[in-house]
Amino acid sequence: MHELSIATAVVEACAERAAGARVLRVRLEIGRLAAVMPDAIRFCFDLCAQDTAVEGAALEILDIPGRAVCASCGEATDLDTPIGRCLCGGALRIVAGEELRVKDMEIA
Amino acid sequence: MCTTCGCSAGEVVYSEPATGMQIVVPGPEPENAGHRHAHDHAHDHGHHHHDHDHHHGHHHHHEHDHDHRHARTVSLEQDILAKNRLAAERNRGWFAGREVLAINLMSSPGAGKTTLLERTIRDLAPLPICVIEGDQATANDGARIRAAGAPVIQINTGTGCHLDAEMVARGVQHLAPERGAVVMIENVGNLVCPALFDLGEDTSVVILSVTEGDDKPQKYPHMFRACQVMVINKTDLLPYVRFDMDRCIAAAREANPEIRIFQLSAETGGGLDSWYDWLRKAAPGSGQPSYGERR
Repeated sequence: MHELSIATAVVEACAERAAGARVLRVRLEIGRLAAVMPDAIRFCFDLCAQDTAVEGAALEILDIPGRAVCASCGEATDLDTPIGRCLCGGALRIVAGEELRVKDMEIA
Repeated sequence: MCTTCGCSAGEVVYSEPATGMQIVVPGPEPENAGHRHAHDHAHDHGHHHHDHDHHHGHHHHHEHDHDHRHARTVSLEQDILAKNRLAAERNRGWFAGREVLAINLMSSPGAGKTTLLERTIRDLAPLPICVIEGDQATANDGARIRAAGAPVIQINTGTGCHLDAEMVARGVQHLAPERGAVVMIENVGNLVCPALFDLGEDTSVVILSVTEGDDKPQKYPHMFRACQVMVINKTDLLPYVRFDMDRCIAAAREANPEIRIFQLSAETGGGLDSWYDWLRKAAPGSGQPSYGERR
């Protein structure tokens, strides 16, 4: 539902940094625990990019797996949802997978 | 218009039930919202001359004949929601400068946000509470809050599914809360999108009603992670619904081990005392060195 706002923010950020140059490619980092659907971002991105410096740019989304560390025993675990407990019963602290970043872009 | 998300940055309407004041803020200009209308002009990128006379600020003015453009990589390493976060930090400073406690109330539609606010406003008077009401449409909730005795600004987001920090900034400017007030921000009823948008509040509160099922924290873990407080509302209906309180609390703690939980019925008043105690202590005039949960 919020992917359009996010795609708009990506296009705005890239167009601003491009300062008039044409954006050919944009790379995003989206963690699996970031509550954002990459397919929905792709769909919205092309629409948002129309009539901007980002129009026609290729969009690459780097998927970042979820990773958490137990606050009690220190054991690291892979996570697909931001919920769960360590096997020892301890609470999990998420250390990766919440990324929502524009990594870089290629301009001409 | 986006068919995947149904959410767009369209027109936002601010209204004040007391005076009938209404401000309509149109959505972004077509250069950022070109998807909202069909394009009927062809982009002749290969041409040397432009013969279209619309002013879209196109950047393809010198398209090369040969494809020898020197592409270079620009590193951004930028948070996608940086703009909203910046606006949220401005709000946070604004609230702190006025010693105002801001609380972001989120829930699915119908969980009882407005009822809890009405009751809280009446029971805690003269504690100065003012409200920003977010809904896609209608000023119904704004009118209810107004009737409960609190100043209110209604924000209608149109098709937008959440409030953002800019909307709140505009809202509080009209609301002009007095020093030491509590600003309650009632977000658009939705357990998904509002979790991502920091408004600059001190504390985020998620409200869940027992009629919604005890597995809500498992279904919408992001929301429960984003909030410091969970209110379980409509506890007077517990005898009539299948709702396992222990299971719900365990699920919420799994998403967020530190979440503070209140069980209450905004309708009958049961359990409201501990919610009020917490609010009074959190409120700016309480003499506590810091207020809210987030700071």
